[in-house]
Amino acid sequence: MAESALAPAIAASSSRFRRVRRPRSNRDDTAGILMSLPAVLGLIAFIAVPFFAAVALSLFNVQVNQIRPAVFVGLDQYIRLFTDPVVSGAFLRSLLNNFVFAIVVIPVQTGLALLLAVLLNRKLRSVRFFRTFFFMPVVFPMALVAVIWRLILDRSSDGLLNSSVSFITGGLVPAQDWLGSSATALGSVILLSIWQGVGFQMVIILAGLQDIPEERYEAARLDRANGWQQFIHVTIPGVRNTLIFVLLLTTIMAFRVYDQAYILIRTGGANENATQTVLYQATNALSADNNLGRASAISVFLFVVVVIITLIQRRMLRQRSED
Amino acid sequence: MTTLNLRPSAVRRRLAAARDYLIMAVVAIIMVAPIYYLIIGSFKPSEEVLNGFGGFLPVNLSFDNYLAAFEALSSDATGYFWRFFFNSFVISFVIVVAGLIVNSMAGYAFARLNWIGRDNVFVLIVLLIIVPFESIAIPLTWLMSGQRDTLFVQMIPFIGNAFSVFLFYTFFLNIPKSLEEAARLDGLGSWGVFLRIVVPNAKPAFATVAILTFLSSWGQFLWPLLMTSDPAVRPLPLQMSVFSGQLPPDWGEVFAFGTLLVLPVLIVFLIFQRFFIQSVAGSALKG
Repeated sequence: MAESALAPAIAASSSRFRRVRRPRSNRDDTAGILMSLPAVLGLIAFIAVPFFAAVALSLFNVQVNQIRPAVFVGLDQYIRLFTDPVVSGAFLRSLLNNFVFAIVVIPVQTGLALLLAVLLNRKLRSVRFFRTFFFMPVVFPMALVAVIWRLILDRSSDGLLNSSVSFITGGLVPAQDWLGSSATALGSVILLSIWQGVGFQMVIILAGLQDIPEERYEAARLDRANGWQQFIHVTIPGVRNTLIFVLLLTTIMAFRVYDQAYILIRTGGANENATQTVLYQATNALSADNNLGRASAISVFLFVVVVIITLIQRRMLRQRSED
Repeated sequence: MTTLNLRPSAVRRRLAAARDYLIMAVVAIIMVAPIYYLIIGSFKPSEEVLNGFGGFLPVNLSFDNYLAAFEALSSDATGYFWRFFFNSFVISFVIVVAGLIVNSMAGYAFARLNWIGRDNVFVLIVLLIIVPFESIAIPLTWLMSGQRDTLFVQMIPFIGNAFSVFLFYTFFLNIPKSLEEAARLDGLGSWGVFLRIVVPNAKPAFATVAILTFLSSWGQFLWPLLMTSDPAVRPLPLQMSVFSGQLPPDWGEVFAFGTLLVLPVLIVFLIFQRFFIQSVAGSALKG
């Protein structure tokens, strides 16, 4: 192909024969390549190359700013994540935290988002007013959310949550160290994450609900289905694919948790062991241990988890279309 | 209430509506309470912020915290108050504007132009959508270690965005082809068709991508944390964490800073609310 110099001429001349429809004409070569080039180059440089760099670095024992040459260690970094007593304790705990986060957040946040979306979809009066409030936290940067909630969850009896609990129970329950105690620390992080994220899922589900044709509800009512039966037999199947998508998003999000964990551990007195995440381990390996190889191995591991979740979701969607 | 309908079905409907409003009101209070706490706290004396329910009372309000935060952030060591806002504005602005340009062009090239290697490159783009930035951030710090502590390093990785390309692509596919064909018959080339026909007809797509990009770039935390240590290039969310970690913390000032941090997004959200919500919902359904 003479795409460089001749292409504009070819493109110009062939455009006159548009209506002739020559199937193999490549008349947009120059424009196509030039238009896609900036984005494609950026993506290659800042996503694809670092991805392969992560894979490569994870196979070496390599440090930042070190004169000592990198030593090839094969899969040793990965094996050590799971077996080396020095490393694996914190790493496995982080992995467990991410799993617990996912297992709690998926049903709670999706369920709440579904409930709110169904309520908003009833088209009661002033429903948009409520929608605004439900969605508002979504625009809050997580760094700010973490700081606000760090005060709400403050361990002193002056913390808002402690005051509320004390008020409700008439002073029976003493002030709790919500973030510092290993029993409640992760739950606290989950709570503020749901507060920030539920509006996001809600509007996605709401859009799915609005796509369900009204005739299906009418048909169900003709069959004398009550509200609950309509919900189970019309609403849920109608938003099935949306729900699968929301589950995917939520699961992936649960494995990418970082900002709130970092800020609460570093500045909010959160229990490090109970709230650290896989990504927190990765940045720690880099900043505290100067171990670029291990940090990269954790990054690749994180990527593999996300890909597996995505593949499972694709499979679930495909099963649906085969039904 | 002479018109009160007392048929059983009407009563049931009213009860159901009352229950729905009650649930929504409770949730709305939970959603708004932390926001109210932030804003009212930013106007209260610092020792009254962390003070049980007292933190909720709108008493003793003043702008003192805003002035004090400005004073507290006015040296090279702490960084300058306005500098953090300037940094975040510049970073977000460049990412959004440059991103709209390069990703819309690419989306159009994939959706409508016929060029060599297009389909293979498109498969690559779709594959890149699933790579989370978090999983490549660390090797990227190593690759870009020469650009540490610059604004440049905080923008450049986020301009080309696979998901934005995909959103533009799906939108452009749905623009009637006849429009473009007519323009081509009038002698417009690929660039002309894109600039004069496609872009003016794709305002919703540009709005969606702009909103989503702005939201994520304004809140960025991990990347600046990894790549900056100089307060002169530090963006707002990172400064939020630094500021709140100072001992002893001054909660009034921290909340004043936090309020100003979120104010631009909040204002844009309240004005373009419908777009925000449609953007988020629409992006998900296409993805």
